[in-house]
Amino acid sequence: MRVLPYGASALLVEVDSASERADLTRSLEAHPIAGVSEQVPAARTVLLVLEPGADQRQISSAVAALPPTAPPEGTDDQSILTIEVTYDGPDLGEVGDHLGIDAAEVVRRHVGQLWTCEFVGFLPGFGYLVGDQGDLEVPRRDTPRTRIPAGSVALAASWSAIYPSASPGGWQLIGRTDTVLFDPDRDEPGLLRANCRVQFVECG
Amino acid sequence: MSELVVKGVRTLALVQDLGRPGHRHLGVPPSGAADRRSLAIGNRLLGNEPHAAGVEALLGGLSLRSTGPAIVAVTGAPAPVRIAGRPAPLGQPLALATDDVLEIGTAVDGLRTYLTVRGGIVESDSAPRVLDSLSSDPTSSLGPAPLAEGVRLRVGSPHHEPYLGLPVAPVSIPVAGITLRASWGPRADWLTDGARAGLRVAQWTVSGQTDRVGVRLEGAALELARDDQLPSEGLLRGSVQIPPDGQPIVFLADHPTTGGYPVVLVIDDGDTDLLAQAPPGTVVRLQIT
Repeated sequence: MRVLPYGASALLVEVDSASERADLTRSLEAHPIAGVSEQVPAARTVLLVLEPGADQRQISSAVAALPPTAPPEGTDDQSILTIEVTYDGPDLGEVGDHLGIDAAEVVRRHVGQLWTCEFVGFLPGFGYLVGDQGDLEVPRRDTPRTRIPAGSVALAASWSAIYPSASPGGWQLIGRTDTVLFDPDRDEPGLLRANCRVQFVECG
Repeated sequence: MSELVVKGVRTLALVQDLGRPGHRHLGVPPSGAADRRSLAIGNRLLGNEPHAAGVEALLGGLSLRSTGPAIVAVTGAPAPVRIAGRPAPLGQPLALATDDVLEIGTAVDGLRTYLTVRGGIVESDSAPRVLDSLSSDPTSSLGPAPLAEGVRLRVGSPHHEPYLGLPVAPVSIPVAGITLRASWGPRADWLTDGARAGLRVAQWTVSGQTDRVGVRLEGAALELARDDQLPSEGLLRGSVQIPPDGQPIVFLADHPTTGGYPVVLVIDDGDTDLLAQAPPGTVVRLQIT
């Protein structure tokens, strides 16, 4: 683990793998550090935004001294979020061609594995999901679309994601869902958070 | 309760307060006034809380009618102001009578003019507060839509008495340019030694690509010592990213919460208010500590 300076009022904590990053997020939640006002998890880092006047050095030492937090034991089915998808995306065929499989096999792989949200970014509620099989890796589209509808289920690199709102984007679209990913009026506005798990199921 | 009814917007006018910080982990940008300082000065002049909402008018160019008596102030980028056709000063409380029209002309310096009203804007038509803020963030589709003719802005109840001292000077961007304080970012070591040394003496120019998301600076391209892909990491207002073309991007209020280009520098948070007022062509120097 490395603690890097990030200007005058933040620190960037960097680790080597997604699982270490998940452990770090858990440790920071279990042992809150005084003077940290905000934590922004990303792929291999957690950005710590500090309160005004907080001592950067002291917080840096506190991060380095964080006790390890064990991952939760076993699989708690209660914590798996189920998202229903209609698999009729315009890029379903192209994704299949890239992987040398047919569209039905793309769908079978998408519903046939458990996805973990590594972090949320890009748009409110846009979670970067990584699958436990790693067999749906596709490049982004050469030319991004100017408008992707809200609820689109997409693939790019080793990630899957759902567009929470309409946006330009370059991901491959394989389906759509009616699940609302971000609603500021909910107690928890964002459905996805770092470390949460998602099971996609085919609709109807 | 008085309302301010929008009669016209020339470029872009947005309701802004101090934003919705603390939600980056949900992908929600902090948003808020691009020049928080000018908004706060306006609120202070009127006895408002610092986070009260006002209007941020890009290049000025805004007119409104008040449905009742109101006290307002115009701060930030200086622009000619008229109330019921008569010239009115900047940086001090101004009284509007029922049906008075306030006209803010085109800004003559800076980029963003702020209109604040005693009691603050508490509602824009029926647009609700989002995560405890009335700030418009068109990029993330949060908060009220950009203002347009006919939109009614409801004014809240005042808390304190207006300030009755000397007028506060508007924003002024010196012809010689601006100097921003900065410190090294987490990926400073991605720059070549030459690029790091050069940053201390380099002069940049604000490009035409400047908006509430960020400001692209133009100048001698900064050379990166490596070209591998960086996994996305968190961003702040003030983060300076270097894309492969070597031209820095400084993020402002509506910045994406994560990004995949190396952050080599971070501009001091307070100095980003000044950058948000720098028109294209402004010379920018960095004072790196």
